[in-house]
Amino acid sequence: MEKLINDFSFGLFIWQTIIFVGLVLLLKKFAWKPILDAVNEREEGIKNALLSADNARKEMQNLQSDNQRILQEARMERDALLKDAREMKEKMVADAKTEAQAQGLIMIEQAKAAIESEKNAAMAELRAQVSNLSIEIAEKLLKDELSNKEAQVKLVEKMLGDAKLN
Amino acid sequence: MVISNKPLQFIIAILIACLPIFGFANNPTEHTTSQTETTAVAHEAAPEAGEETSEIKEQIKEVIGHHVLDGHEFSLFSDSETGAHYGFPLPIILWDNGVHLFSSSKFEHGEAVAESDGIFYKLHHEKIYKTDATGTLTGDEHHPTNIQPIDLSITKGVLTIMVVALLMFLLFTSLAKSYAKNGGISSGVGRLFEPIVLYIRDEIAIPNIGEKHYKRYMSYLLTIFFFVWFLNIFGLTPLGINVTGNIAITFGLAVITFVITTLTANKNYWGHIFWMPGVPTPMKIILAPIELLGVFIKPFALMIRLYANIFAGHVVLMSLIGLIFIFKSWLGSSLSFMLSFAISIIEILVALLQAYIFTMLSALYFGSAVEEHHHEEAH
Repeated sequence: MEKLINDFSFGLFIWQTIIFVGLVLLLKKFAWKPILDAVNEREEGIKNALLSADNARKEMQNLQSDNQRILQEARMERDALLKDAREMKEKMVADAKTEAQAQGLIMIEQAKAAIESEKNAAMAELRAQVSNLSIEIAEKLLKDELSNKEAQVKLVEKMLGDAKLN
Repeated sequence: MVISNKPLQFIIAILIACLPIFGFANNPTEHTTSQTETTAVAHEAAPEAGEETSEIKEQIKEVIGHHVLDGHEFSLFSDSETGAHYGFPLPIILWDNGVHLFSSSKFEHGEAVAESDGIFYKLHHEKIYKTDATGTLTGDEHHPTNIQPIDLSITKGVLTIMVVALLMFLLFTSLAKSYAKNGGISSGVGRLFEPIVLYIRDEIAIPNIGEKHYKRYMSYLLTIFFFVWFLNIFGLTPLGINVTGNIAITFGLAVITFVITTLTANKNYWGHIFWMPGVPTPMKIILAPIELLGVFIKPFALMIRLYANIFAGHVVLMSLIGLIFIFKSWLGSSLSFMLSFAISIIEILVALLQAYIFTMLSALYFGSAVEEHHHEEAH
C-alpha cells in the first residue's frame, strides 16, 4: 500500500482525468452519437425491410392461393358449362328426334289418308266408267237382241217355261 | 534445474495475473512482494554464474523498476556502459508559487540539478524535489524529505494518453463520418471497430444497465473500453510504455466510474444501501455500513484490478526477457524466449480482457445505480 501511494503521481492523475473527460465529451459529440444513431437507423431500416419483405411474401402467398382458387373455380365452371352444353345437345337431339318422329307419323297418316281418298275417288270414277261402259254395252246388246223378234219370243217362251217348271 | 524452473515461473506468472481477479480484499503489498519474488526467482535462476551475472541482474532489476514507472523523458533505450540515452525530452511543468516550465533535458537523466527562476530541482526516482544548487537530498535513499512541488509535467504517460486520445478521436470521427458518406454503411479503418461498438452496446450496456437507461452511459463505456484497450496495447509495444499499469491512471478511471455511479444513482440504489428492504430492522442497521463500504470498494477493486494486471504483466514479461540475458545459453535463453513469447501472446489477450472487464464492471455498477425493481414482488 505504501508503495502504491508512493507511486501515485498527482500530475499524471490530473492530466489523465482532464484528457479522459475531454475525450469522452468530444467523442460523444463527434463520434459516439453519430455512430450509434447511424447504426440504430440502419438496424431499423433492416428490420423494416425484413418486415416488408415478409409482408410481401405473405401477400404473394395470398395472391397465389387466390389465383389457385380462381383457377379452380374457373375450371369447375367450365366443366359445368360443358356438362350443361352436352346435356342440352343431347336433349335437343332427343327432342328433334321425337319431333321428327311425330312429324313423320303425321305425314304418313296424311299420306295414308290422301292415298285412301285418291283410291276412293279412283274407284268411284272406275265404277262410273264401268257402269257407263256396261250400260253402253248393254244398250248395244239390247239393241241387237231386240232387233231379232222371233228369238225374243222364243226366249221369253223358254223363260216362261222354266218359270213354270219351277 | 533449468527445465524444472520453467513451470515454477509460469505458475508464479499465472498467480500474479490471477491475484486481482480474486478481489479487492488482497492487500496490495502482496502484489508487490509477489513481484519482487518473481524477480528474485529470476535472479536465483543461475546461481552458479559469477560477478557478471549479478551485475546483469542488478541492471535488469533497475530497467524493470524504471520501466514500470512513468517517465519525465521519453527514453527508448539507453546504454549504461557509455551512458548514452536515446529518446527525447518532454516539457516539465511545475507549480511552485508560480509556473515553472522547462525541458526535461535539463535534468540530464536525473544526473544534474535543473534550475528554473532561481529555484533548483532534482529528479530522483522519477519524482521532482526542490533542492539546492548542489542537489542534496535529505532523508533516506527512497524517501527524501525534500519538498515536492506540484508536478504537472507532460510525462511519458501523459504524452501517450494524448496520442491515444488523438488516435481515438481521429479513428472514431472518421467512422462516424463514413456512415453519412457511404449511405449508412461504415467504411475505412473504423469499420474494424464497429462490431466492437455494437458488442459493447448489445452485450455489455443493454444486459447490465437495461434498455431504458443504457443510452446515457454509452459514451463513457465506449470511451473507457477503447481507451483502456489501446493503452494496454500501447504498453505491449517495444516503446516501453506502462500507462494502465500506473496507479494514478487506474485511480482516475475508477474515480470517474464512481462519480458517474453516484451522480446518476436513483432512490432505489440509496435505499438498498442505507435501508435494505426485505430484511429485519437489526439487519438493516448492520447492513448499512457494509453496503456503504461496498460503494467505495467497488471502484477501488476496479482500480487495483486493472493496475495489478497490467503492472504484473509488465514485470513478468520483462523478467522473462531478462532471463534470456542471464542464462546466456542456447537452451536456457531460447526457452526463456519461447516463454516470454507465450506470455506476450497472453498479455495481448489480457489487454483486451482487462478493458472488457473494466467496461463490464462499470456497466454493472451503473446498472445497479439505475435499477428499478419492486421488492414486494421480487422477494
